[in-house]
Amino acid sequence: MRITFFGRLRDAAPAGPVPPGVRDTGALRAWLAADRPELLDPSIRIAVNDEIVLGERPLGGDDEIAFLPPMSGG
Amino acid sequence: MIALRAEPFDAAALLADFTARAAGAGAIASFTGLVRGEHEGAEISALELDHHPRLAEKALVGIAADAVARFRLIDVAIVHRHGALAPGEAIVFVAAAAPHRRAAFEAVDYAMDRLKTDAPFWKRELRSDGAYWLEARDSDHADRRRWEAEAR
Repeated sequence: MRITFFGRLRDAAPAGPVPPGVRDTGALRAWLAADRPELLDPSIRIAVNDEIVLGERPLGGDDEIAFLPPMSGG
Repeated sequence: MIALRAEPFDAAALLADFTARAAGAGAIASFTGLVRGEHEGAEISALELDHHPRLAEKALVGIAADAVARFRLIDVAIVHRHGALAPGEAIVFVAAAAPHRRAAFEAVDYAMDRLKTDAPFWKRELRSDGAYWLEARDSDHADRRRWEAEAR
């Protein structure tokens, strides 16, 4: 699993390898939030393999997960 | 033209090129967004624009396609910077070509409102009093919702 963070979350990094019990986006968010509680904020969206995920989605070893704070383009 | 650029671009040149290719249009409207020089009295030395490259590309293509369909445009252009920008540099260029002016004006307004809230870019201003991440304001979300409320 490859996890990336953008914008004001850019400096966030997982504390270590993702535990085997983390098998969906909700569990991943909860695990990361132990160190970074702001990741639980619903305004922070998750993209899996370049698709923004609404609700929860199962995760596998090859997935690329991006944490996206509220956007500010234009 | 839909493009993500790491290097500065010349908005006047983009508009001239867009105009030359917009055969049959009766109206072209364009918007250029610039890096501000100050924020509430604090001087801005640079704007850092973080982005998610693949999602950003998809967002620009999607917003452009939605604008073309919604306003029946002849053509649309969106060019967006990323990386480190200096005050006065262009951040974004949007142009719309349509048979008549109303569609061209509205399409540019619509595309900018979508970019503010739906495109994966994150701005950080380096100011004389520190570095600050910017996020879409409540007014940006209200602007974005106007297009949902309007039944067209």
